[in-house]
Amino acid sequence: MATIEMTGIARDPEGFLTDPAQWNENVAETIANEAGITELSPRHWLIVNYMRDTYLSTGQAPSIRALGKESGVQIKELYVLFPKGPAKLAAKIGGIPKPHGCI
Amino acid sequence: MAKRIVILGGGTGGTLMANRLRKLFDRDEAEITVVDKDDRHVYQPGLLFVPFGLASVDEIVRPRARQLHNGISFHETGIDHVELEADVVHLENGTTLPYDVLIVATGTHLQPEETEGMTGPGWMEKVFTFYTPEGAAGLAEALYDFDRGKLVINFIDLPIKCPVAPLEFAFLVDSYFHECHVRDNVEITFVTPLDGAFTKPVASELLGHLLTEKGVELVTEFNTGEVDGAGGRLVSYDEREVPFDLLVTIPLHGGADYVNRSPGLGDALGFVPTDPATLQSKARPNVFALGDATNVPTSKAGSVTHFEGELLTENVRRFLAGESLDASYDGHANCFIETGFDKALLIDFNYETEPLPGRYPTSLGPMQLLHESRLNHLGKLMFQWMYWHVLLPGREIPGISPRMTMAGKKAVETNA
Repeated sequence: MATIEMTGIARDPEGFLTDPAQWNENVAETIANEAGITELSPRHWLIVNYMRDTYLSTGQAPSIRALGKESGVQIKELYVLFPKGPAKLAAKIGGIPKPHGCI
Repeated sequence: MAKRIVILGGGTGGTLMANRLRKLFDRDEAEITVVDKDDRHVYQPGLLFVPFGLASVDEIVRPRARQLHNGISFHETGIDHVELEADVVHLENGTTLPYDVLIVATGTHLQPEETEGMTGPGWMEKVFTFYTPEGAAGLAEALYDFDRGKLVINFIDLPIKCPVAPLEFAFLVDSYFHECHVRDNVEITFVTPLDGAFTKPVASELLGHLLTEKGVELVTEFNTGEVDGAGGRLVSYDEREVPFDLLVTIPLHGGADYVNRSPGLGDALGFVPTDPATLQSKARPNVFALGDATNVPTSKAGSVTHFEGELLTENVRRFLAGESLDASYDGHANCFIETGFDKALLIDFNYETEPLPGRYPTSLGPMQLLHESRLNHLGKLMFQWMYWHVLLPGREIPGISPRMTMAGKKAVETNA
C-alpha cells in the first residue's frame, strides 16, 4: 500500500485536487486508500486514466453515462469498482476537479 | 447565387431560426429549408399541465409547417445522416439537401429503453413519463384514479429538458391531491441522482425547503439501475430500493438518432459539441447548433433556445459575409417554476451566475425572482400565447435581453 506525504498538494474541502498537475500515481493510490479502496486494479486504472485523459483533452470530465458507453466498463461494474459515485470518486483519484452535473 | 441554409428540426429552435433568417435575407440572397420527421409541433411547457387535466394534448400541438413564414420550404421526412465532408444532408425519403450553412436544431430525445426494466411490465400502467404527449395523457388517466399509496417522482440522469420540471411536477401533484382531499392518503417521494433538490446551490436550498414544507420526501444520490414495474420498485446501482405504486419518471435523454449516424457530428450521447459563446459546431465552421441539440453547459430549455436564436441569426449573417463571429452568448436561461396552488417562482441565470433572488427584468419588477407569487404563475400561463405569436415568429420580447443582466438581482452567501 502506497502512502505518501500529501502536504503541499492543494485539495478542496471534499478532497479533490485543485491543480491536476500535482497528481501522480502515488497520489492516486493514497486518495483511493482514503476512500476505502485498498488497491487500484488494472480495471480501476483503466477508468482513472480515461477520466483524466478526457478531462485534460476536453476540459470536461465524462459523466457516468458517457463512462459506461465509452470506457469499455459497464455502469454496474463501475459501481463495484468505485462504490457510491463512480464518476466523482474516479475524478478524485485521477486528480481532476469534481465533475459538475450539466444542468 | 442564393446561399442554401438547411435547418434540421422544426421545433422551437428550428422554427424561430428559419423565421428570423427569412426576415434577414431577401429570397435571392438565401434559400431556407427546414426538415422534420412529422408535422406536430408540441408546446412542450404545456406537457406539465396535462396530467392534472389543466391542458389537453390537442391544445398544445400545432402543425409545424404553419409556424413557418412564407418562403421557407418544409420537408416532412426523417434525416438519414449528414455528410460533413460533402456539405450534404441525406434524408430518409432519398432526397439530398446540399447546404452552405447547416443549423442543427433537432433537440433531445427520450431513451426509456436505456434503463433496465423501464419499458417492461407496468410501462404506461403504473410507470409514466409526462415528457411525451402520450405519456402525459396516460398519466392524467392514472392520476384520476389514484387516491392512496406511494407516488414516486424520479429522473434517471442529467441532462434532461427543463431540469426543474420534475420538481414542478412534485409541487403540482401535492396541490392536486390536496384539492382532491386525498393528500393524507398519498406519500410523495422525489428521487434524484443529484446531492440536493437542484443543481445550483441557492435555488437548490430554497427548492429543498419547499419540498419539505409540502411533505415531499427527498431521496438524493440515487442512481437508478433498474425499474421493476411489476414489483413496484426503483433499484439503484448501489442496491438501494424505493417502493412505488405509481412512478412518474423522466427517462435518459440523448441527441437525435441521425447524429450518431453522421460521423464527426456528435458526442457519445448524440449531442453536438458546440462553442458555448458563438454556437458554431466543433465539427465544421459552416455547421451551427442551438437549443437542446448542443452540448453547451446550460439548461435544455426553450428560453435558452430563444436567447441563442438572436445571436445565432447574427452569426449566420457574419459567417456568410466572411466576418468574424459574435462570441457573446452567455448561457442565459430563465424559467418559471410552478409551485402549486396557483403560484410560481421565476429563476434567471447564465453560465457564470446561478439563480439569485430579486426582481425581474429590473429592480422594479414586476416579476419576483426565487419567490412564490401568483403573478409568476400568470406569467407562465401567458407565456403559451407569447410562444406561438412572438417567440416562434422571431419577434423580440420587449424588455427581455438575450444576455443576462444583474439588474434587480441580490447576491447571496452560500455554504456551497
